[in-house]
Amino acid sequence: MPAHNGLMNASPATLMPAPAPDPQLESSLLALSRNLDAGTLRYLSGFLAGVAAERDRAAGNDTVVAKPAADAAGIARATVLYASQTGNGRRVAEKLHRQLESQGLAARLVNVADFRPRDIASEKLLYLIVSTHGDGDPPDDARAFIDFLTSRKAPRLEQLSYTVLALGDSSYPKYCETGRALDQRLAALGAIRLADRADCDVDYQAAAEAWSGKALEIARDRLQSPHIAMLSAPPSQQAAADRDAPVATEVLARALITARNSDHPVTHLELAAPAGQLAYEPGDAVGIWHHNPAQVVDRFVEIVGADPDSRIAIDGQENSLRGWLTEHREITRLARPFLDAHAARANNSTLNQLRADGKPDALRSLLRDWQPLDLLERFPAQWSAGDLVRALRPLTPRLYSIASSRASVGDELHLTVAAVDYLRDGQQRLGAASHFLTTPGNGATASVRAYIEPNPRFHLPADDARDIIMIGPGTGVAPFRAFLQHRVESGARGRHWLFFGARHRFSDFLYQAEWLEARRNGTLHRLDVAFSRDQSEKVYVQHRMREQGAELARWLENGAHVYVCGDAQRMAPDVHEALLDVLTRHTSRSHEAANEYLNELASERRYARDVY
Amino acid sequence: MAAANDKAPPSPIEKVKADSRFLRGSIAQSLLDPATGGLAEADTHLIKLHGSYQQDDRDIREERRLQKLEPAYSFMIRTRLPGGVCTPRQWLALDELATRFANGSLRLTTRQAFQLHGVIKRDLKPTIAAMNAALIDTIAACGDVNRNVLASANPLASQLHAVVHDWAVRLSEHLLPRTRAYHEIWLDGAPVAGGEQEPIYGPTYLPRKFKAAFVVPPVNDVDVFAQDLGFVAIAADANSKTLDGFNVTAGGGLGATHGDAATYPRLADILGFIKPDQLLAVAEAVVTTQRDHGDRSNRQHARLKYTIEAMGLDAFRAEVERRAGIQFQPARPVSFTGNGDRFGWTQSIDGSWALTLRIPSGRIADRAGTPWRTGLRAIASVHTGTFRLTPNQNLIVAGVCASARPAIESLIRQHALSMHETASPVSLDALACVALPTCPLAMAEAERYLPALVSAIEARLHAHGLDGMPLGVRITGCPNGCARPYLAEIALVGKAPGRYNLHLGGDAAGQRLNKLYRENLDEAAIFAALDPLFARFAAEKLTQERFGDFLWRSQLI
Repeated sequence: MPAHNGLMNASPATLMPAPAPDPQLESSLLALSRNLDAGTLRYLSGFLAGVAAERDRAAGNDTVVAKPAADAAGIARATVLYASQTGNGRRVAEKLHRQLESQGLAARLVNVADFRPRDIASEKLLYLIVSTHGDGDPPDDARAFIDFLTSRKAPRLEQLSYTVLALGDSSYPKYCETGRALDQRLAALGAIRLADRADCDVDYQAAAEAWSGKALEIARDRLQSPHIAMLSAPPSQQAAADRDAPVATEVLARALITARNSDHPVTHLELAAPAGQLAYEPGDAVGIWHHNPAQVVDRFVEIVGADPDSRIAIDGQENSLRGWLTEHREITRLARPFLDAHAARANNSTLNQLRADGKPDALRSLLRDWQPLDLLERFPAQWSAGDLVRALRPLTPRLYSIASSRASVGDELHLTVAAVDYLRDGQQRLGAASHFLTTPGNGATASVRAYIEPNPRFHLPADDARDIIMIGPGTGVAPFRAFLQHRVESGARGRHWLFFGARHRFSDFLYQAEWLEARRNGTLHRLDVAFSRDQSEKVYVQHRMREQGAELARWLENGAHVYVCGDAQRMAPDVHEALLDVLTRHTSRSHEAANEYLNELASERRYARDVY
Repeated sequence: MAAANDKAPPSPIEKVKADSRFLRGSIAQSLLDPATGGLAEADTHLIKLHGSYQQDDRDIREERRLQKLEPAYSFMIRTRLPGGVCTPRQWLALDELATRFANGSLRLTTRQAFQLHGVIKRDLKPTIAAMNAALIDTIAACGDVNRNVLASANPLASQLHAVVHDWAVRLSEHLLPRTRAYHEIWLDGAPVAGGEQEPIYGPTYLPRKFKAAFVVPPVNDVDVFAQDLGFVAIAADANSKTLDGFNVTAGGGLGATHGDAATYPRLADILGFIKPDQLLAVAEAVVTTQRDHGDRSNRQHARLKYTIEAMGLDAFRAEVERRAGIQFQPARPVSFTGNGDRFGWTQSIDGSWALTLRIPSGRIADRAGTPWRTGLRAIASVHTGTFRLTPNQNLIVAGVCASARPAIESLIRQHALSMHETASPVSLDALACVALPTCPLAMAEAERYLPALVSAIEARLHAHGLDGMPLGVRITGCPNGCARPYLAEIALVGKAPGRYNLHLGGDAAGQRLNKLYRENLDEAAIFAALDPLFARFAAEKLTQERFGDFLWRSQLI
């Protein structure tokens, strides 16, 4: 893990109230506070923190730096606006918001899904954190915001100062595209860019810390005096696991749930999920810190020609070569920085030509389809063990949609993992995390390090009388198993409709027995399936949606929530098109009106997607 | 009548039939449901009356349960083929379907029918439609109706055989369900507007399956005493040229349930003699008596044999006479000599030749060294007569003119189809039902275990100097009796994987039930039980005495 920037990252301990000097003071404080409500107490806490800050400044104590407001004109409040798909953006935003508040700087934290696009006209200081997915796609929640900003309806924004943090994955060519585009658009509308955009790769922490540091500085310069700012509640001491502090949890069961002749084996896993540490809601994801496959690590060691036990120190952290490659580096996903670093060493004309502009498609497919080993083996170059480890990206956890509901499985957490295992030029290539999870007896897989990645955009409707339409081909069906379990256990009144697709019914119908039983006992009201290779013409879920268009439209008009989970490249756009078609054909809407309707549904979270 | 059962509620299947609108149910919708390879529960019962069973591959049932997948469903399709006669063209059509839609094999059954196994749901309709295009239907081949009607296998052995075969066809047609459901579902027939009737069966058909057979003495190849309804042909003259009439038998049946003393195999009673023109009326009277008096609450106790036991034979006979409007005459004397097939070439009354081939378990498949399916396809391509399926699961190439014999003979050699010449007597007469992995009722192996079992028995016979002796061996995977085990000299009836009940003491002609000798034996225990009996038999047997007869005479069972 990259070292945190200690200066900018005020540790929670300095923000917590120190223990009362003596029991008498504590009891007087308790007596004073007895008749005050929680809001007032928080106000007081912020007020007192402001007073303390003033005294610290007067005493020249700079452990917590809070410059007085330089701009007398003063902006009342900053807005931290985030658009996040996997939760990384939300995490950065929450942390920045905490830091602002802990320094007594007025800021509000807003998910773009809850932000009325027109309100941008009244914003003064905006921190925009936005991620990019797949081939330059924005998070679903941000679509309405982006549509508005890029439309002719967008207002001039001379009143606005801003800076953008863009999140992305450099293994895609349109890296951080959404952030880049919004940054440019805001400037074009007349807003003032206070700091350069930061583009963050999958290992986003270091870049995000640096950007947040600048953001705090700006806030201190621009915002009014903090002495009456309200503090939010102090960070709680909950022991819940998170990305940086996962818990090791036991693998209770592991079973293949595709038939033995399937070309696409899928494994069902059941993990222990103690309520305190791995609490989750249906729709949430679980993050898994995996170990890389030993055979891939061995191949790296072989290529670099070094002793696997040789010690390598990076940023004050020391480990063996094998240790770095197994637990701390991405060795099965190729990223642009590594491609560039390797190309510089290999000095191979084919490789250089590929990277030269004019071949974006070739580059795109290379980044998508190749693993670092493909590069190392095909275009040999000299690497020392240390340089190689430094050039590789830090390992990132993998997220899996949770396939169970606590209401049904108790302190367990189920997940559905497709094995990635294929041959490239006769060489076996493995998906690191899926291999780790699905191969019994593979390293530490009797237990795995895990944490919950909440996905509030993809939760069940608060109103349990709402119908839900679940579209989840392949392993995209996982969260819908959680949904149905939850709604059945909680006696929800709404109806359930599942669209599932795979290659073959016989071998690839994930959780078939459960769906059929649910249909038989009346808890799954409709089940429409598409098995693409069971007949001569290919059939996918979107075909079934069109076939059932009239009924689908009736469910939608009746207030149903639509959930889509699975492949982002082809399935999600095809399903989106199918929804538009269904709406234009079976309701009186034009194509544009249908589009608008879907945007509305998305902003009301009645159309939610969890695609990857 | 049947007072004890009047209070019990009808079995759930009675409601399924009653609600089915004359066997339609929701079969058509079930066929179109892409989420499952199976049918809706009720339809799995109804489709039997259309000639098919939903089955699953039991070898991987547990594996698929753990995979959270439904069982590996497929369907068995059984033809209706009265008397077991088909043309070479029909043979070729079925052979092609076996490749295209089934598991690559044809199975000849103990009821003289063909079975295809392993047909998946979406191929069910094309397969049945293709069978009908070849003029073979599957109506009422399974289920609570009159099943395929048996007739002594070679109708050309005497003029009487030919006449009796025609009666078998007439009876089968007479007792067919009248519903148009079959044509609507499988043959895209126009839906019937309503007002359908089942004049013989009524809307709930029979309480249980119903089996009828015709036999021409002295060969009892159909095991007539194992049938619900039997017709024993009585010749008017010594040369068996003209038919005088039939002795009618009723109430045979071999099914039983392990551990349920209220169920048991039973030999048929003889009701009496009738003239041919009384046959359809008598058959209908037996069927409707069973329809009205059979036990509809307990399916394990619903065959005609229990109805007769409950009514009493005299009352039953009187009821049949009343319904048919006839009087039975005293039964004519009859004697049977055996229930096996006569293998090899025989000449028929018209001068043509018939070749009876041994097909163990009736399974026609291409296997290493025995390319039987290819061989029979080659024969079907040149043959101008008929094929006849025997109730012992064997096959007769019938109606071969003398000049065509060498060609057939050469194909037989080429394709290793000469078991009828090479196999031991034990192997020639042994019967097995399908059992695992497809039969849903099976508790133990049968067909797959038969070759090893026969070899082991032969080895024991050899050890006791009994090589070449005839011995009737039958094995079934459950107590329901599809391979008619309770008539065999030695029978194994499956109880659990690798474990069987050992029954001993049937006769050679299907006229005596065997007896349960030991329960729940594994293979070692089976031979430990048989060995001393074989030893005594070798030492004490009379000339020509059969093993089953010896056991009774010596009071060993």
